[in-house]
Amino acid sequence: MKRTAGLWLLIGLAAFCLLPWYDVRGSFWHFRWFDTLSTQDAPAILWAIGERPWLWLPLLGLILSAAALFLVKSPVKQAQALVISGALGLGLLIGQGLFVVGFGARATVFEGVTQPGMGMGAFVFAAALLFIITTGISGLGRGRGDAFITGMVGAIVALVATFVFYPMAFIFTSAFELRGGQGFGLTEFLPRFFAPDIWSLACVTGRGQCGVAVNSTLLGLATATGTTVMGLAFALIFTRTDFRAKRLLRVLTVLPIITPPFVIGLVLILLLGRSGTLTVFFGDLFGIEKTRWLYGFWGVWLAQMLSFTPIAFLVLIGVVEGVSPSMEEASQTLNANRWQTFRNVSLPLMRPGLANAFLLGFIESVADFGNPLVLGGNFNVLSTEIYFAIVGTVADPAKAAILSLILLSLTLTTFVAQRLWLGRKNYATVTGKADSGRNAALNPALRWTCYALALPWAAFTLVLYVLIVFGSFTRLWGYDHTLTLDHYRRAFNIVVRNGVHFTGAAWDSFFTTLSIAAIAAPLTAAVGLATAYLLVRQNFAGKNAFEFSTLLSFAIPGTVIGVAYVMAFNFPPIELTATGLILVICFIFRNMPVGVRGGIAAMSQLDKSLDEASSTLGANSFTTLRRVILPLMGPAILAALTYSFVRAITSVSAVIFLVSARYNMATSFLVGRVENGEYGIAIAYSAVLIVTMLAVIIALQLAIGRRKLRRTDRLETT
Amino acid sequence: MKGSVRFENVTKRFGAVTALKPLSLDIRPGTLVTLLGPSGCGKTTTLRLIAGLESASEGRILIGGQDVTHLSATYRKVSMVFQSYALFPHMSVIENVAYGLTVQRISKAQAHARAEVALETVGLKGFGARLPSELSGGQQQRVAVARAIVLEPEVLLLDEPLSNLDAKLRRHVREEIREIQQRLGLTAVYVTHDQEEAMAVSDRIIVMKNSEIAQEGTPFDLYDRPASSFIADFIGDANLIDVEVIAAGDSTEVAYLDRRLALPLASAATGPAKMVLRPHHVQLSREPGRQTVAAAVSYAAWLGNSVQYTLDSPLGTIFAITAPQAQTLRIGDTAHLGFDPADIRLVPA
Repeated sequence: MKRTAGLWLLIGLAAFCLLPWYDVRGSFWHFRWFDTLSTQDAPAILWAIGERPWLWLPLLGLILSAAALFLVKSPVKQAQALVISGALGLGLLIGQGLFVVGFGARATVFEGVTQPGMGMGAFVFAAALLFIITTGISGLGRGRGDAFITGMVGAIVALVATFVFYPMAFIFTSAFELRGGQGFGLTEFLPRFFAPDIWSLACVTGRGQCGVAVNSTLLGLATATGTTVMGLAFALIFTRTDFRAKRLLRVLTVLPIITPPFVIGLVLILLLGRSGTLTVFFGDLFGIEKTRWLYGFWGVWLAQMLSFTPIAFLVLIGVVEGVSPSMEEASQTLNANRWQTFRNVSLPLMRPGLANAFLLGFIESVADFGNPLVLGGNFNVLSTEIYFAIVGTVADPAKAAILSLILLSLTLTTFVAQRLWLGRKNYATVTGKADSGRNAALNPALRWTCYALALPWAAFTLVLYVLIVFGSFTRLWGYDHTLTLDHYRRAFNIVVRNGVHFTGAAWDSFFTTLSIAAIAAPLTAAVGLATAYLLVRQNFAGKNAFEFSTLLSFAIPGTVIGVAYVMAFNFPPIELTATGLILVICFIFRNMPVGVRGGIAAMSQLDKSLDEASSTLGANSFTTLRRVILPLMGPAILAALTYSFVRAITSVSAVIFLVSARYNMATSFLVGRVENGEYGIAIAYSAVLIVTMLAVIIALQLAIGRRKLRRTDRLETT
Repeated sequence: MKGSVRFENVTKRFGAVTALKPLSLDIRPGTLVTLLGPSGCGKTTTLRLIAGLESASEGRILIGGQDVTHLSATYRKVSMVFQSYALFPHMSVIENVAYGLTVQRISKAQAHARAEVALETVGLKGFGARLPSELSGGQQQRVAVARAIVLEPEVLLLDEPLSNLDAKLRRHVREEIREIQQRLGLTAVYVTHDQEEAMAVSDRIIVMKNSEIAQEGTPFDLYDRPASSFIADFIGDANLIDVEVIAAGDSTEVAYLDRRLALPLASAATGPAKMVLRPHHVQLSREPGRQTVAAAVSYAAWLGNSVQYTLDSPLGTIFAITAPQAQTLRIGDTAHLGFDPADIRLVPA
């Protein structure tokens, strides 16, 4: 404990005395601050001596910790002193940040003083104080005395607090804010909350429009059910049949994930819209009236099914594979036929996975922004309404906040119901005892049902993608089908003259998108899987609250988080708007829950005795994590990495609020092109993005590979 | 002292559930001690407390004379063989065995060399390159042992190591474990619910019941001087016959049915007690003799090297094992059962 705490003490001191305390806006990596100590880039110690003496306050915590470390002899008292002094320092740091803000003091004590947003120095300093606290906590015998575990818990709690709770607090307060900044109250909140345009059931009971909350719920249920069934069909075909084109199937189902948000909507319009190719073809053939059915519930549902079925497939493939063959064999020896085995053994074992897929599908659907935006028509859902409440002709943050609260309660309720239904059963099926055996094949009826569901779907998907490629090479879809490279030339032109110049319109956002996604993906996977590890494998005080906080970030839709980030990080103490960092952070906390869920699912199938064996063999929790857990979590890591990378590229809901001139993302570039009606260039850009993401996914697959636990993947041949 | 294990009033609670009542025990270095008891008796909890996989609610735990109560499993010099073996499925056999060494930053070459030796010790030379899933249950079990002993732990813990093996293999492997323990002079703590297994391998046995120690001693002690009817019945089979002690002291006189019997053993107090009569101490004959009791044979099983009988008698149901005789009693026959007073033990009622 002493060594760890001492190390963080030194780091904190160095941050205070050497690193630039305030946000230096990109100049940090040029090390310009090093020789211009009198400017904005000075470390805290110089500011404290000079015009901002309140910066001495947080240092007090560090000094007291040092005193505790060197003067207090009893280990327990020393640990207590470290916790208290660290917490004091951190509290003072946060306090001075919140009260002395850039646009003037909030408390009258500091009237008239200002300071910019915190920078590198402040954050390293805060981290040092945090880890002094957690080291102290481990010294008190919590987390089985493991400083690595308490540190991990502390770090995740701090990050979630800063980047989920802190911005969310802005949403909550503005829901109750009275018009014209006249304080807070319920007088405006209550009537707006219970308004009929949110809760009306008119579309169910009779004629008329349903409220947005009702629309979102119905859509969510329909999409979640559909994607779970389709995902299971695909997963069963993939793992339990001798279907020949499995690889193709996998690629096909992965494709929609790597598709930028508007493309599916666009192609659906071009195909099934009022003057779409298929509509015209069948309309002429059978004399069916050409309608605008696509613009509404069914259109959005179709697009969401195409978008989210692959996610269910990815979740369920691990679940189906995780069912121990010996259980199925046991069932068969008990004279159950293949259908009974599936119905009574395999399916119940997959239940948590199915619930997980359903939950994911519901929340994805409810939070989805791109598809309802393109195809919604008069069918309004919560996420788009929130967006229009912010960017519409009359900006109404209070309405956005109220709708966000509703959306949040919707997703939270689902989650709780799901957990009650699942109960607390133990589904561990990969034990330390090596398992060998064969997975039961499907009975013919089930197999053909799966084929009937999945194969036409796969074919439809294939057609869509062929059309994307085709569309990107045609001059003007539907009118002029001359093949052309114009769209690509405008987006991705390269001029080689005195070096290589990327003159195409899309290059800028393309490079930004890729680098931000590449930075965000491993961080997201790491935070997500670390959280999963803590939730599944460790016991610590406040674990339920910890679980709830990660759960909360799971339930926040992108639109909401985008609005919250703009509200929270537009001014000190944490000023991040118009940076690339805010995009990275947004992606991490927006996509982290998928890593958590995948990690939990994968980790609960690893027998705990593996961890215990590792620790009795002298490995600490870090080594156990690195050498035993992580290698066995290959598929989960792959899924988390892939998913977060791809989501960072294709995400639009939060991004649209956070992009800046310097850091423009591909999706917001696409929004611009779609708004201008430049469908050709939008589709061409999308095609390039798809190919890029596909290449990255294949590279990741090859790099991490499949786990090899059984001799071979043997399958009962029928 | 290196290799010793000592519990001082250790308790363990999981929430409101008491898994272990205040427990004190001493395990001498180089001995194999078995924790024996029915499931849920606290034996596995005790083992996990030694390993550091659970932390004690109260009390002190010392390993090798050093207080390890607050030390996590990682830093205790104990290693454990798990019931499920807990072999890392993604590592080859040699990597599994070398794991404990490599996490201590021992070079891979050296670790693998030592792992080879350990594999040779358990008779698995040449199996290093395989994956655990490519081994039989018995081989996996031996890999688990090799992985544990390669670290030369102060204490080797074995949690029902044989429960996943078939009966024949079980006897063979338990002999191997005992032989390795003796050869390496390891202190070993062994958890099982199988009393025969415990008797076969142990220097001492700690019998647990209801979260506390019922009795502790050498296998012979437990068998020959059971302290309670539970121990008498649990360690080797026993017929328990209700008696009244009418004279206590250096020699004892008991009354049962309408008889009185002098026993050549010391007893503390008069009053109700139970007489322990081991099945193979029951003498059966077709003719009545002195002090015999008439009984009806209700079940007879010929096992080749012995015959087992169940008899209905005024003493209750009596279980008897005799050497195979020329004239085997049959179901329904009347037999006269007797015993040598020197074979009788008394336990509290």
